Amino acid sequence: MLDIHLQAASLTYGSRCVFDKLDLSLPGGHWTCMLGSSGVGKTTLIRMLAGLMADSDTVRYQGQVSCGDGKPLQGRCAWMAQQDSLLPWCSALDNVLLGERLRHGRLWCTRSALSEQRDRAMVLLQELGLADLAERLPHQLSGGQRQRVALARTLMENRPVVLMDEPFAALDAITRLRLQDMAARMLEGRTVLLITHDPLEAVRLGHQVLELRGRPARLAPPLVPPGLPPRPLDDPRLLALQGQLLAQLREDSIHNEQGLDSNDRPDIREADA
Amino acid sequence: MKGWSRPLLAITGLLLLWQLVVTGLSVPEYILPAPVAVLARLYTDAGLLWSHALVTLAEMLMALVLGVGLGLVTALCLLSCTRLRIWLLPLLLLTQAMPLFALAPLLMLWLGYGMASKVAAAVLMVFFPVTNSFYDGLRHTNRDWLDLASTLNARSRATLMLVRCPAALPSLASGLRTAVVIVPIGAVAGEWVGSSAGLGYLMMQANARLWVDLLFAALFLLALCTVALYYLTDWWLRRLISWHKPS
Repeated sequence: MLDIHLQAASLTYGSRCVFDKLDLSLPGGHWTCMLGSSGVGKTTLIRMLAGLMADSDTVRYQGQVSCGDGKPLQGRCAWMAQQDSLLPWCSALDNVLLGERLRHGRLWCTRSALSEQRDRAMVLLQELGLADLAERLPHQLSGGQRQRVALARTLMENRPVVLMDEPFAALDAITRLRLQDMAARMLEGRTVLLITHDPLEAVRLGHQVLELRGRPARLAPPLVPPGLPPRPLDDPRLLALQGQLLAQLREDSIHNEQGLDSNDRPDIREADA
Repeated sequence: MKGWSRPLLAITGLLLLWQLVVTGLSVPEYILPAPVAVLARLYTDAGLLWSHALVTLAEMLMALVLGVGLGLVTALCLLSCTRLRIWLLPLLLLTQAMPLFALAPLLMLWLGYGMASKVAAAVLMVFFPVTNSFYDGLRHTNRDWLDLASTLNARSRATLMLVRCPAALPSLASGLRTAVVIVPIGAVAGEWVGSSAGLGYLMMQANARLWVDLLFAALFLLALCTVALYYLTDWWLRRLISWHKPS
């Protein structure tokens, strides 16, 4: 179980300071869920942790990432984005094996060369209820099935840290619930950071819930929902917390709009891509 | 066969109109031969036409293989070496800025009277759209896939071959379709400048002797080859990138 710390993270977009000297701690083996209105810098924060930030003229950032065991985080975190990012020309199985193939010495490694990993991938697909769909191409799968393949690909890497940027946002409500349960079950014991727009998702899945708000953005003190995730939906305390968080987010969003013309609210993600 | 019926109808209609104009206005044969006369030529001179068509077809196919290969390699070079790009791009543009019809005599002077000069001329036509489309495709790989590859600790060569290249296929396909259609221009231009075989050569000879029906027959065969090549390529590309769903 790996603790992760991000220290003194700051980001300026053009002349605007998005956040400054921000500290973030992810307790090992726990789920941390982060909420915040759009443009507040959540995505940039998680991309910093994943090592995906590139220098550019308009975006300046800095921050120190450290792990509980003193070794670098680079290469030890799995990444799951809002889009499933499945390669459309590869079958579900080949997508799960993507990491193996990209790291393999020989470029045109056949599946037989990866037989051991292939068996493991099939087990994962089976656990996620996708065994019959292993040979299908992504466009032959539904949105939920695709995101499950992406989850299998993430699990295949078997990394101690998993960073997820709104992985369930594009799914319908029922599919989202099912995937939340699967993810909570399969990622148990790993250090997870989940960015989400959905307060219910955050209070259901998070051991702690953080909210990034204000300008420059700050982290509110962590909220610890009662019980262990994944929490049952009919728990009235959960719904009360959701309502409280929603009200808070709405207030933030109104506050943001007053402080900043909505036209020049930058989309950090796009600016840096 | 529904897809074929309309073009077939259009072509038949056009031929009918052509025949009507020629007979109705009694246009002399050396200006515009009737379609019936062209068809007769295609039948009587089938052996002659076919032997020349084979030469041109061979030139076109060789130019496609070489031109596409050269285009792919150039695009990969442009992508991987930033320093090379600065030097290579103007050079590439230069080859396209000079009209092929001005270069063809030079190519003949350098490469001789045979097939090589025609193939070279056709390669000049083909490789640019291939380079351009492939390079464009390589540069615009979905950011999410590259992010993913980077978090998977991918080797950069593996990312290129397993992510960037396949992702560039739809873009490359449009370049290949263009290439197949313009490759006869290079081959025929080469043959016009100086040759002893090929449909371009036959057309020059027929034109000089006012055998306009033979000229049309050769033209028809050239168009047939190009259209067949196009549909074959299109069919193959569709199968190859069946995963690609245009938005």
